[in-house]
Amino acid sequence: MTGFFEFQFYLFGLLAVVSALLFVTRKNPVPAALWLVNVMFALAGLYVMLDAPFVSAIQVLVYAGAIMVVFVFVVMLLNLGKHELSDLRSLGARLGAGFMGIALLANLLVAQRNKLPRIASAPQSDNVVEPVAASLFTDYLVAFELTSIVLLVAVVGAVLLAKKRVQA
Amino acid sequence: MITEALIVSAILFVIGVVGVLTRRNAIILFMCAELMLNAVNLSFVAFAKMHNVTGHVFVIMVMSIAAAEAAVGLAIIISIFRHFGTVDLSKLRTLRG
Repeated sequence: MTGFFEFQFYLFGLLAVVSALLFVTRKNPVPAALWLVNVMFALAGLYVMLDAPFVSAIQVLVYAGAIMVVFVFVVMLLNLGKHELSDLRSLGARLGAGFMGIALLANLLVAQRNKLPRIASAPQSDNVVEPVAASLFTDYLVAFELTSIVLLVAVVGAVLLAKKRVQA
Repeated sequence: MITEALIVSAILFVIGVVGVLTRRNAIILFMCAELMLNAVNLSFVAFAKMHNVTGHVFVIMVMSIAAAEAAVGLAIIISIFRHFGTVDLSKLRTLRG
């Protein structure tokens, strides 16, 4: 049972990493967006493995469902992808990317060396939303309400920015 | 298992950073930013398994801010495309003196 669980965990992790690599190497934005959707789904699977089914559901709904649709819609609106010339930056930025790779290696080495203690999984209750909601609507109520203002400002700002300029 | 989740998170974050550093298409850059946010979300969920449910609250906050950011950012990209006719960041050099 645990073997199957571990196998699925590694499967989703591998799927996420491979999809992310394919995403970042695509030239055309449309396949890149679809590979990114794949990453989101793999992460949703990982969230289920990590005892967070509610977060997994909103990951699929919000990220894979809403945000990526907006991305694909904008790509369609701009009608990109005709010029297939390489959009890589100059040498300096690529050197910076190489340094990021070295930093990742160092990070992975440290993570390998300091094993985190294995926590026994808490007994699963059927009610997965209630603890999150209790925390969200009591301890973090101010942040939650501020988020609604941020979303309102974002909606108004997006409409204002994207509409055609009227000659005054 | 938490260690493995953190390793996947680090790899995804670095892939996002490398994408931001090496690409010039503004839309791809935005998608790389989303990938980085997702990597951080994975870390939050892993640590929530280790401690308590607060990590899930943080993930919900990050998701709503990411939605707002995507809406405004893509509106800005559309506006830039209308004005300059391109989303290649190396061609947008108005502020570069």
